[in-house]
Amino acid sequence: MPVSLLWAVDVYGRVFSLSTGGQQWEHCCDAVLEFKRLTAVQQCCWGIACDHHIYLNVHASDVPIRYQEEAYENQRWNPVDNFSDRLLPSDRWQWSDITGLEHKPLDGFLLPSTNWEWEGDWYIDENFGGEPTEKGGWTYAIDFPATYTIDKKWNSCVRRRRWIRYRRYKATDTWAKIPSEGQSGPLPDPFNDISCGGWEISEEPRGRLSLWAVSLQGKVWFRGGIHHHTPEGMSWEEVSLPGEVVQISCGPGDLVWAVLWEGQLIVREGITRDCPQGSSWVVVDSPNPEVGTIHVAVGVSVVWAVTKDNKVWFRRGINSHNPCGSGWIGMVGEMVMISVGLNDQVWAISREDRAVYFRQGVTSTELSGKAWKAVSVPRDGDIRPNSSTSTSSLHSAGCFFSGEVRAQSVMSEDSDTEADPQRAVHEVGASVSSPPSEVTPGDAEAKSPPPALVLSPSQSGGPGDPQWSTVDLEEAQTHLAVGPAAGRGDSSDTCSLSSVVTCMLGLEGLYGPDDHPLWAWVSGGGCAVDCHTQLNWFNSVTALTSSIQAMSLSVSPAQTAAWRKQIFEQLNERSKREIDNFKHYEQAIEQSVWVKKGTMQWWRDWKPHKWVDVRFALEQFSGPEGHKDGIVFLYYNFNEEKKYLHAFINEVTILVPVLNDSKHTFAIYTAERTKQRWPIKLAAATEMEMHDWLALLSVSCCDSRGIQGPPSKQAIWSITCKGDIFVSEPWPSLEACPYPTPCDQMFWRQVGGHLRLVECNSVGVVWGLGYDHTAWVYTGGYGGGFFQGLASSTDNIFTQTDVKSVYIYENQRWNPVTGYTSRGLPTDRYMWSDATGLHECTKASTKPPSPHWTWVTEWAVDYGVSGGTDREGWQYAADFPTSYHGYKTLKDFVRRRRWARKCKLTTTGPWQEVPPIPLSDVTILPCGDQSVVEQIPLWAISNKGDVLCRLGVTLLTPAGTSWLHVGTDQPFKSISIGGASQVWAIARDGSAFYRGSVSTQNPAGDCWYHIPSPARQKLKQVSVGRTSVYTVDENGTEMFPRYYSFARLSVYVFNVALSVQVWIIADKVQGSHSLSCGTVCHRLGVQPMEPKGQAWDYGIGGGWDHITVRGNNIEAPRVRMPSLTDALRPPDISPKCCPLVVFDLQ
Amino acid sequence: MIADDKDVLRDVWFGRIPTCFTLYQDEVTEREAEPFYLLLPRVSYLTLVTDKVKKHFLKVMKAEDVEEIWFEYEGTPLKWHYPIGLLFDLHASNTSLPWSITVHFKNFPERDLLHCPCNSVIEAHFMSSIKEADALKHKSQVINDMQKKDHKQLWMGLQNDKFDQFWAINRKLMEYPTEEGGFRYIPFRIYLTMSDRPFIQKLFRPISPDGHTHTLGDLLKEVYPVAIANEAKRYQVVIHGIEPLLETPLQWLSEHLSHPDNFLHISVIPAPSD
Repeated sequence: MPVSLLWAVDVYGRVFSLSTGGQQWEHCCDAVLEFKRLTAVQQCCWGIACDHHIYLNVHASDVPIRYQEEAYENQRWNPVDNFSDRLLPSDRWQWSDITGLEHKPLDGFLLPSTNWEWEGDWYIDENFGGEPTEKGGWTYAIDFPATYTIDKKWNSCVRRRRWIRYRRYKATDTWAKIPSEGQSGPLPDPFNDISCGGWEISEEPRGRLSLWAVSLQGKVWFRGGIHHHTPEGMSWEEVSLPGEVVQISCGPGDLVWAVLWEGQLIVREGITRDCPQGSSWVVVDSPNPEVGTIHVAVGVSVVWAVTKDNKVWFRRGINSHNPCGSGWIGMVGEMVMISVGLNDQVWAISREDRAVYFRQGVTSTELSGKAWKAVSVPRDGDIRPNSSTSTSSLHSAGCFFSGEVRAQSVMSEDSDTEADPQRAVHEVGASVSSPPSEVTPGDAEAKSPPPALVLSPSQSGGPGDPQWSTVDLEEAQTHLAVGPAAGRGDSSDTCSLSSVVTCMLGLEGLYGPDDHPLWAWVSGGGCAVDCHTQLNWFNSVTALTSSIQAMSLSVSPAQTAAWRKQIFEQLNERSKREIDNFKHYEQAIEQSVWVKKGTMQWWRDWKPHKWVDVRFALEQFSGPEGHKDGIVFLYYNFNEEKKYLHAFINEVTILVPVLNDSKHTFAIYTAERTKQRWPIKLAAATEMEMHDWLALLSVSCCDSRGIQGPPSKQAIWSITCKGDIFVSEPWPSLEACPYPTPCDQMFWRQVGGHLRLVECNSVGVVWGLGYDHTAWVYTGGYGGGFFQGLASSTDNIFTQTDVKSVYIYENQRWNPVTGYTSRGLPTDRYMWSDATGLHECTKASTKPPSPHWTWVTEWAVDYGVSGGTDREGWQYAADFPTSYHGYKTLKDFVRRRRWARKCKLTTTGPWQEVPPIPLSDVTILPCGDQSVVEQIPLWAISNKGDVLCRLGVTLLTPAGTSWLHVGTDQPFKSISIGGASQVWAIARDGSAFYRGSVSTQNPAGDCWYHIPSPARQKLKQVSVGRTSVYTVDENGTEMFPRYYSFARLSVYVFNVALSVQVWIIADKVQGSHSLSCGTVCHRLGVQPMEPKGQAWDYGIGGGWDHITVRGNNIEAPRVRMPSLTDALRPPDISPKCCPLVVFDLQ
Repeated sequence: MIADDKDVLRDVWFGRIPTCFTLYQDEVTEREAEPFYLLLPRVSYLTLVTDKVKKHFLKVMKAEDVEEIWFEYEGTPLKWHYPIGLLFDLHASNTSLPWSITVHFKNFPERDLLHCPCNSVIEAHFMSSIKEADALKHKSQVINDMQKKDHKQLWMGLQNDKFDQFWAINRKLMEYPTEEGGFRYIPFRIYLTMSDRPFIQKLFRPISPDGHTHTLGDLLKEVYPVAIANEAKRYQVVIHGIEPLLETPLQWLSEHLSHPDNFLHISVIPAPSD
């Protein structure tokens, strides 16, 4: 989880932010402005300052916000001037946009506001559709408008070229004033409330937001046109209203609620991606007809409200079909305002002490959470209010809140301290509860006299006759009974807490700088926490008294090391004392064979293939030299006869979880089985049983091969299409010539985590990218996932999450009577299907890919399909299955649209997140031995196509420190850095680029050189070695190395001693028994002088997606020195680099 | 040198005490009984690992002279239901090795020892300890969620000295919710040689109410302050034959230095006078 911010305003108007990884409120940089309200999202924060103007604070990012302006220069040929700007009267403007219809002189381009600056001057774009043009960038055609080509022909009468210039948003990390202009001049009255959201409505344009504001007169305004390239938005539009609004809240999706002066609420309906401002309002009554609502806060599918008596209410039954919900539930606590953040997490400011509270236990299944917990962290130290102005504002604030300041000591923690009498006093009268099914009344607070009244769901809307009933408090009471019995722990809990707080009051003045801050507003819209997040906000060490600080010293790292070291040393001494001198003694317990048995299902080897019940056993025994070995047995019945199949553990090459939604399946491969493309496929009864077996078998395999601990720096990493990560220790003999070890004998072991791509280099820096484009850096551990206990390192294992989308298609056929319907022809595909149409996939029946995944969104129409869609997401075609287009023609008889639903996986592994930029490709320089502080070049491409260079990557800090943005004229998709810091990249249009002048002193290089693609192919992926560059084109055919002999590439020193390794993932490989997709292949015979190699050697297969051998700098034994000692040479003799190619075989 | 915490588990499991068994001088034998030397696993139980000893001495004895076997060290009958390592730390630390144990086949000390007719008695005792420990650690939730065969695997692991087999299951008993920072209560017993009480056992949490980590010192201060009271070191606090520093976190000790029965057995013994 990347670090994100919770924003808050204190009663003096000062803005603070609290990082999810931090432990104190940081005062916002801009000290001059005082704010009333804030609304934060992940990329920015909007606020209303005390001057009633709206300000925008865009968070600085390593990738700047830059916008490409373009203009076309048009010329016509005439016999006198040749090509000149003398155009015909019927022609387009000399300077125009791409269509030629609009006049676009270069000096007519103005910066949209003072918050922008030009990056440089205008220059000519010399890239045309992936191909470099001649100097000058001209493209030629017969006439305007026509098809342009790079080559000048005899009939080329016109030409044009493209000029580009970038402007950059400069007002980041500062408050930029937004002029309050409507479409027809300045707005009549100043703003009173503001709410930002709506980023989930549509992914296009990127970073789109909805901003809603309320004016002092109670009018509502909508600001459109806010997205990544226009963070300030366009202008305000007034939204008609049924009454006067005091406050508004906009969720991440299509929920928008507002509070009317009279205390009712209004809900916006008709919000869609085409109409983000919605169409109409629906009135919802206040939770309590006598007491009006004063505040509302909405999330994705929750609504929280506060009534005038400061009671908190939760709205039941909110979903995308019913934005109004179905009834109110009274909650514990008295609050003045509430903010709903990401993942529907909730923050609030309490009436009692003006502290910020976090709602604990909010999960997707229990949206109302469990209990309020005070955020008790100090503010940063340098905010001592000593100026005269602050004194006066203090005074005025004191008038309002003096009563509450005194009361602060009682609210400091209220999660589950059952025996806290002070809490009890304050919670009396707070009405609680709900039917037990809705909100667990396990809230400890509910134990006092049962005020517990519940508003019946059926009656919720009707103010006339609210039906009240008591709530079952049984669970709460058992809680109470347990409390005292729980003993010393709990009672001392209370004592220490209260004493600490008293002490604070005694030490500090009433408004001392370290005093409990009084908050006026909080916004969690940009704060990414969920139920798994570990927050350090609730037990602040620095806020406690000195005695506690003294005690906390006992867990300081140095001392930790001391006691651990002591134990390690003493255990060693004990072994020496008690065992080493007595080794000749007999052991009390004789070692024996250990057998683990179980029942499983086996995918039978012979036809008809089916699952059959088998008994499965692992026999482990100690081998002759003390290392362990084993055999797996599989007992089955064949024609009433008992038979068995077995495999030696030391011959097993890999264990692959093949989890699908119906069975807990895994596959066991040996070298022989890899050749056959037919593993032993087994299914366990439960997921846990499968994991137990996999963990045990995996440990046995590693034991038998003497492998333990983390993978070596030379390890080869690979990833399956399920996102499972495997690692193999390379043998020098893999590259031996002429008799290399076949790569089907390689042993792969699994490492915890979930990735889509992994890249490494030869000094042990490993980065991975998740399906959700999150970047992860390898921590040096092993295990994680289902490897627990012994098979996993104790440190270096962290929680890892990944998100991916599942797609299904809705198919329809046109008929003359009813138009498009879901009634197809009998021969048609399923009306709800997968992409092929062969399998039925309905919204209800489609499950996440495996039990590890859980849904995190509802089904939604996916508009981002290649070929385009219409406004409802449909794509049309003449018939199934053909190519689809995004508009309807007369010939189209069928249409389809894609539905997407996101699911999320939470696992563990030796990976730590590298926030905040999502990446689509990454490459690390394969370097030799080097010092731990030397920078390692690492380049990446963001998921938006920006090229990035990571600074500060060293052996000690493999995650690096920051990104350096490398400007490009178009989005990129693949990048690779090879020997001598050569950086090659592929743009999204398939063209290849080389980055010039990259060196240690100039890590980002200076400019891009456009390299013509081989045979004008559109390229997909690139991988660079020291002397050769390998690429894959979009058809998946491999491009063998080309040597660029340009003068500027003289860095290509031809190193004869270098051994090159080329590995790919091939699409389909035929085995003796079956065929496998996604197979690891190794190119044999690749030599510096023979970069194409000789033949393919096929390794593990069946769903492999990615492989990287860039860590493997082991030198192969040479033919000329075939002695054994040579083959066993230590791996790290000389720095080597090895290119990797991943390309598909056709 | 050990580097990883997991190696501690291995070291604890494979701790051995070199022992010399001699037959009690008054036992009637047909010929002289040779002493028997054996490496005893610290984490196991005397009656579980002394089949070889029994066989060795029965060779020189008549069947009618043999009653239930029991062991004694310098006059103290050794309780088989204490782990071997604990017995050694409690009664024989700071003595020279091998540990000299006297074997008896007569005059079973009914007041001091429990009978141990067969291994299933040891198994029952062992499993009940694990269950008690889990009641303290997880309100019995983990042990109750396990299947019968998992229980069996724990026992078989101990009986056959199979570290992997045992820990494959036992790791589940050592898990706890990360947000709680440790077990509910630490299963521990403190043994004193000079007291009439067999041991001290109380409820004690790994984390203090204000969130800081309880250490071995905190535990002793609370439960048996005498052990660490004096500035001149009068007592040694021994676990598995070593003396961890008093600032060692109790949760870590419980996870790494507990016996297979999931209890942290702590011996408080008088410091050697020299």
